[in-house]
Amino acid sequence: MTLKQKRLALILGGLVILAAATALVLTALKDNLAFFFTPTQIKANEAPMNRTFRIGGMVETGSVKRDGVNVTFKVTDTAQVVSVAYTGILPDLFREGKGVVAQGKLDAGGVFRAKEVLAKHDENYMPPEAASAVEQANKARAAAEKTLKY
Amino acid sequence: MARTEQQSNDRFQGRWFWRYASPAAFYPVAGRIEKLSWALAAILAIVGLYIGFFRAPTDAQQGEVYRVIYIHVPAAWMAMIIYLAMAFWAATGLVLGTRLSFMMSHALAPTGAIMAVIALWTGALWGRPTWGTYWVWDARLTSTLILFFLYVGYIALAAAFDDKKKGDRASALIALVGAVNVPIIYFSVNWWNTLHQGSSVRPGSSSMASIMLTAMLIMTFAFWAYCVAAAMHRLRTQIIEREAETKWVKELVK
Repeated sequence: MTLKQKRLALILGGLVILAAATALVLTALKDNLAFFFTPTQIKANEAPMNRTFRIGGMVETGSVKRDGVNVTFKVTDTAQVVSVAYTGILPDLFREGKGVVAQGKLDAGGVFRAKEVLAKHDENYMPPEAASAVEQANKARAAAEKTLKY
Repeated sequence: MARTEQQSNDRFQGRWFWRYASPAAFYPVAGRIEKLSWALAAILAIVGLYIGFFRAPTDAQQGEVYRVIYIHVPAAWMAMIIYLAMAFWAATGLVLGTRLSFMMSHALAPTGAIMAVIALWTGALWGRPTWGTYWVWDARLTSTLILFFLYVGYIALAAAFDDKKKGDRASALIALVGAVNVPIIYFSVNWWNTLHQGSSVRPGSSSMASIMLTAMLIMTFAFWAYCVAAAMHRLRTQIIEREAETKWVKELVK
């Protein structure tokens, strides 16, 4: 082996070991690196009970109830649902059927008392006409499925 | 060290690409690449911004604010790509002992740091109206901040030694070790749940309207050309500084 090959092998070997170490650390930290807990995780008691944490999921359609600045809504990951209560101003992109991340605590009644609510938007970018076309198509498909069921 | 360099120069003699590993030979080439890249960057930026701001429609969800994507995404991509390029040249320098490789690495670092700042800054300005916050400590945002710190650490370490060769080798190690962060940034939105949304553009597919995607890709090439131009400019300065004692530089600046 020439000196150059030795140095190349040393660097590549070092990088492989480093990558392996990083992978191990990241696997070990997997849960701690999660920004929020899903409703399913919360129902399975995986979320810290007496501490502040974040919940994330979709705002269930039709679940938002406003009373002045007091808002209640339900967060779902399609499998489980958690009720959230919040007092304050919601971000502009807070919508029913869209993503949301809220920070707060779970109370004794299983209601999530949020101190902060953030909107999590998706990675789709399209003009409004295209969005309404997609919505129409989804509605049509849902209607067709309903018809087929009966 | 000196002996091996001599040997390698003998061994590689006659191959055209090794000729340009010499700072003296690459200096004029870098000048030509720089000029071409400035021109490309200007043209592409004008076209990209025009399409992005005057031709592309508003977004169904976000309205006008989404247009920051034409700056934010290209800057974030370049911050990651430049880091990999920097690590590549640092490795090349360590293995082959070529002076120009280290200079290339040093020339890229400030531009990469600027790109990371632009990505973080525009991201904060975008996050406030859409998410409702300037900053959260989710995996995507945090790993990008670490990328910025790595750039700063690299620049500081390279400048910390009176002996330039020591600075080259020490900073090259930061560049290599820090490279593991780049895939972490890229895949963070898939590996963990984050506030930051997933990738709109993946190899082979995209979830953007095509005119929006076109504008964003043109802006990416504009940023790319700018980064090449800025790096080549800095590289030429580095060459002149480091080779100040050689005959050709003395001739040049006479």
